[in-house]
Amino acid sequence: MSERARAVGGFAIVAVLLVAVGFGRSWSVSLAVFNLCLISAVMSLGVNIQWGYAGLFNAGVMAFAALGGLAGVLVSRPPVWAAVAAGGGGLLWAAVAACLTLALVRVAFRRLPPGRWRLLGVTAAVVAGFFATRAFFDPAVEAIEAVDPSTSGYLGGLGLPIVLSWAVGGVFAAAVAWVVGRVALGLRSDYLAIATLGISEIVIAVLKNEDWLARGVKNVTGLDRPVPYELDLQQAVWFRDLVAALNAGRLSALDAAERAAALHGLAIEAAGIFVKLCYAGLFAAVLLVVLLLSERALRSPWGRMMRAIRDNEAAAEALGKDVVRRHRQVFVLGSAVVGIAGAMLVTLDGQFTPSAYNPLRFTFLIWVMVIVGGSGNNLGAVLGGFVIWFVWIEAEPAGLWLVGALTSAMAPDDPVRAYLVASAAHMRPILMGTILLLVMRFSPRGMVPETVRR
Amino acid sequence: MIVDVANALVLLCNFVVVPAIAYGSQLALGALGITLVFGVLRFANFSHGDLMALGTMVTILATWQLRRWGVGAGPLPTALLALPFGALVAVVASLAVDRSVFRFYRVRRSGPVVLTVVSVGVMFVMNGVVRFVIGPDDRSFADGARYLMTAGEFKRMTGLDEGLAIRSSQVLTVFVAVASVATLFWFLQRTRMGKSMRAYADNEDLALLSGVDPDRVVLVTWTITAVLATVAGTLYGLDKSFQPFTYLQLLLPMFAAAIVGGIGQPLGAIAGGFLVAFSEVAITYAYKKFLRYLLPEHLHPDGLVQLLSTDYKFSVSFAILVAVLLWRPTGLFRGRVL
Repeated sequence: MSERARAVGGFAIVAVLLVAVGFGRSWSVSLAVFNLCLISAVMSLGVNIQWGYAGLFNAGVMAFAALGGLAGVLVSRPPVWAAVAAGGGGLLWAAVAACLTLALVRVAFRRLPPGRWRLLGVTAAVVAGFFATRAFFDPAVEAIEAVDPSTSGYLGGLGLPIVLSWAVGGVFAAAVAWVVGRVALGLRSDYLAIATLGISEIVIAVLKNEDWLARGVKNVTGLDRPVPYELDLQQAVWFRDLVAALNAGRLSALDAAERAAALHGLAIEAAGIFVKLCYAGLFAAVLLVVLLLSERALRSPWGRMMRAIRDNEAAAEALGKDVVRRHRQVFVLGSAVVGIAGAMLVTLDGQFTPSAYNPLRFTFLIWVMVIVGGSGNNLGAVLGGFVIWFVWIEAEPAGLWLVGALTSAMAPDDPVRAYLVASAAHMRPILMGTILLLVMRFSPRGMVPETVRR
Repeated sequence: MIVDVANALVLLCNFVVVPAIAYGSQLALGALGITLVFGVLRFANFSHGDLMALGTMVTILATWQLRRWGVGAGPLPTALLALPFGALVAVVASLAVDRSVFRFYRVRRSGPVVLTVVSVGVMFVMNGVVRFVIGPDDRSFADGARYLMTAGEFKRMTGLDEGLAIRSSQVLTVFVAVASVATLFWFLQRTRMGKSMRAYADNEDLALLSGVDPDRVVLVTWTITAVLATVAGTLYGLDKSFQPFTYLQLLLPMFAAAIVGGIGQPLGAIAGGFLVAFSEVAITYAYKKFLRYLLPEHLHPDGLVQLLSTDYKFSVSFAILVAVLLWRPTGLFRGRVL
C-alpha cells in the first residue's frame, strides 16, 4: 500500500471508532476524546521532529509539556499586584544576583589558568553567588506566598488572552531545550536521554514547590477560556434559536410548556457539544499549521540534510554539516512544538496541576505514539497520536469490562474478583509497553512508514 | 567547647553520614548493574529501576509467605531469607526479556538508541506487572530488631545532648553491599568467566576471535545485574519503604553514579554511588542546629541553613551529571567515552 492509502485507511478507522463512541456513549465523550487526540497529535509531531528527523531520544517530553502549561498560567491569570508589590523587587534583585553569579563564573572559567586555581575560583563564585541570590530570593518568596495564601499566594500572570500562551509555551520549552542541548548534545545519544530524564524531574519539582510561580501543588484552577462558557450559551438568544431550529421537527410535536422544558434540556446538551467543537476547531487549526510546516521542512533541503545526518553522522560531518549544531536546532524546534501542545492541554483542562505530570503518561506514551504511527513520517505521527490516545483512554473501560466478563462466574464478594477489578487500571502500562515492543520488533517503521524521497 | 564540637559531629553523623552511607551502598549496587549492562551490552537500560522493583516485589511476597509459615530470621529481617526467591525470579525475568526482546536487536547490531527505546517498552511492562501484582501503594516489610543502637542509648552511653541512632537496616545494607561487591570483584578478576566478560566489554571483536562465547557472557551479565538489582531494591525497601514509583525515580541517581564513575568501571560505579548519595544528603540537610553548636551566640543563623529543599534532591544528581559531562566525560575512573 502507498503511504497515502495507509494514512487514509488509518484515519478512517479512527473516525469510525470516534463515531461509534458518539453513538454508543455520547457525543460529548466522543468529542472530549477527539480534542485530546488533537493535542496528542501535536505533541507527537514535536517528538517526531526530534526522533524521526534526527534520531534524538528525548526522555523529558513531560517537562516541555509542563513548561507550556506554566505559560498558560503566566499569560492568562490576572496579575496579583499586592504580591508583586510585596516581593517583585526582591525577585528582581535575586535575578540580578543570579545573572551576576553566572557572569562571574564565566569570567573565572575563562581567565584563570586551568587546574587548581580555576576550580577554586569557580567554586568560590558559585558558593558566594548562591548565598547572595538566596538572600534576596527567600524573603521575597516568603512575602509573595503570604499574600492571601488560600486563593493566590503567587505573582499571577499578565492577564492576556490564553491563546497567546500557546506561543509563549513554545518559547519557554525552546529556551529550556536550548540549555539542555548545549550540555548534552554532541555526546552519544544515551546521554541526551539521561540528561532529559533529569531535567524533566527537576522542572516538575520546581513547578510543584515554587508556590510563588504558579501556586505549586495548590494548583491554579479556573483559567480563562478562549471559547464561550456553557452557561452563557444556554442563555444566549441566538443559541437557543439555533438549537430550536436544528430540532424543529422534534419540538413542533410538543405543546408550548413541554417545548420550553425540552428546549432547555437540548440547549444544555448542545452547549457542551458546541464548546467542545470550538476547542476542536482551534486545536485542529494549530495541528494543521504545525503539520504543514513540519512537512515543508521535511521536504526541504534542510529536511534532507537532517535525514542524512541521522542515517550517517560521520558522512554528513565529512561533507561539512555541523552535526551538533543541527541537532541542537532540531531539539529546540521539537521541544517548542511539545510546549505548544502542553499549553493547549492546560487551556482545555482550564487548570494547571503540576502533580498530574508523570513520565508514563507525558513522556513515554508520546513515544509510543510516534513509534507506532511511523517515525520520520509526519502523517504517521499524527495518526499515532490519534490511535494511541484512543487506545489509552479506552483501555480502562475495556479492561474493566474484560475483567468483569472473565470473573462473572465468581461470587460478587469474592476477594479475588475485587482484587482483579481494582487492578485492571494497571493493565494500561502493560498494554502500552507490549504495543511498543511488538511494533519495534515486527513493524519498526510504524503504521505509515517514512517514504524515502530522492 | 569540646562537648559542643562532639555534639555537632554526632549530629552530622546521625543525619548525614550514616544515612548517606546506607543510601550510597544501595545506589552503588544499582549503578553496578547499570554499568555492567552499559559495558557489556552497550546501551542505557531504562528498565533497570523496574527490574529492581520486580525483584523487591517478589522478595516482599516471599517474606509475607515465610512469616505466615512462622519462619523468621531472629533479629535480622525475614526479607533476607526471602531475598534468594526475589533474585531468582528477577534473573529468570531478565533472561526471558533478553531472549524475547533484546537479543533480536543485538543480533542485528542495532544502534544503542534503538535498544534504549526498547528498554523503555520493557520498563512499561515491568512497571505495569509490579503495580498489577502488588498495587501502587506503600508496602512496609521490615521486621526483626529495628535499631542496633537508639538515640537514647547513645546519649546515656556518652552523656552528649545529641543521639546517634543506627538502624539495623543501615548496618545490614553496608554488610550485604560489601559482601556482594567483594564477590563481584572476585568473580570479575579471578574467574575465567569474569575475565572473558571483561574482555568482551573491552573489545567485542577481539574477544570473539579469542573464543569467548557471547551468549554466555550476556547470560552471566544479566544474571549478575538482576541479582544486584534485587539486592539493591530490597535493601532500599527495608531502609525506606517499597513503592513501585520510587524505583522509577531511582533511575536518575543510578545513571548519574554510573556515569560519574566512568561507564563500564565497576569501581567507578561504587565511588559514583557514594558521591551522589553524600552530595544529595549533604546538600538537602538543614545545618541550623549544627552551626548552633559550633558558632558563638551572636552568629547563630535564623534560617534553616539548608542549601536546597529535599524536593530538589534530583537536581543534585543532575548537577553532578552535567559537571561530569562538561569537565570529564570519561568519568572519575576513566571509563569509556560515549
